[in-house]
Amino acid sequence: MNLQIEDKGAAVLMAVQEERLDAHNSGELKKHMLKLFEEGKNNLIVDLQAVRFVDSSGLGALVSGFKNASSRNGNLKLSGLQLQVKSMFELTRLHRVFEIYTDSGEALASFQQ
Amino acid sequence: MITDRIAVDIKVPNQTRYLRLIGHIGENIARTLRDYSGDREKLAYDLNLVLTEAMANAIQHANVGDPTKEVHIEISIVAQCLIIRVYDFGIGFDVKQYVEPRHPLDEHGRGIYLMHTIMDEVSYQPTENGHVLEMSKNL
Repeated sequence: MNLQIEDKGAAVLMAVQEERLDAHNSGELKKHMLKLFEEGKNNLIVDLQAVRFVDSSGLGALVSGFKNASSRNGNLKLSGLQLQVKSMFELTRLHRVFEIYTDSGEALASFQQ
Repeated sequence: MITDRIAVDIKVPNQTRYLRLIGHIGENIARTLRDYSGDREKLAYDLNLVLTEAMANAIQHANVGDPTKEVHIEISIVAQCLIIRVYDFGIGFDVKQYVEPRHPLDEHGRGIYLMHTIMDEVSYQPTENGHVLEMSKNL
């Protein structure tokens, strides 16, 4: 999976550079998130700007990351959701679970407050 | 009124790397339909999604990740009705336990719920050597 990971201090930014987040690559995203948690990095931003398609496995991987971050007193926030990807979060009520920001800059600012 | 008659019949290895191919076929059908009056981009996403979900279920739950098996997919449009059939050649799975919406923090089980939400009818039946998941939607 093409993923850019950058430590921004208050949070680690994970920018998914894939057109799809699905059953083929969501396991890999989960693995990368677990590695960060093991390193004690519990505040994550997953930027989905490049992603135009998410399936139930992709949503499941993000939920897994959210639960892991929360259990370690951290948070996982999302940014850059394309319109149809955002609809998926609404359809599954996950927009009430995640903090969703327009872009990664806004998400980072929310961690710095 | 949709007058297209389309029949697509495809067999791919039981591997998630082919999800993209199958999803894109669904998207392209939505974009190609001659007289669809609804939101074409929404239909494209929905067909991509239900095909991806149905095939991922076949791979992970019915064929249990055996890469030597195959998934067989039929997509047809006749008389404004879109029918998708996904055949697996494995032990199957209990489709009923996933029909209701999941708790927001469950990590699994949203695929069947999504298929039921998007399509008009969804069924899962045994065949001679596996199962078929059939979904239909009036366009």
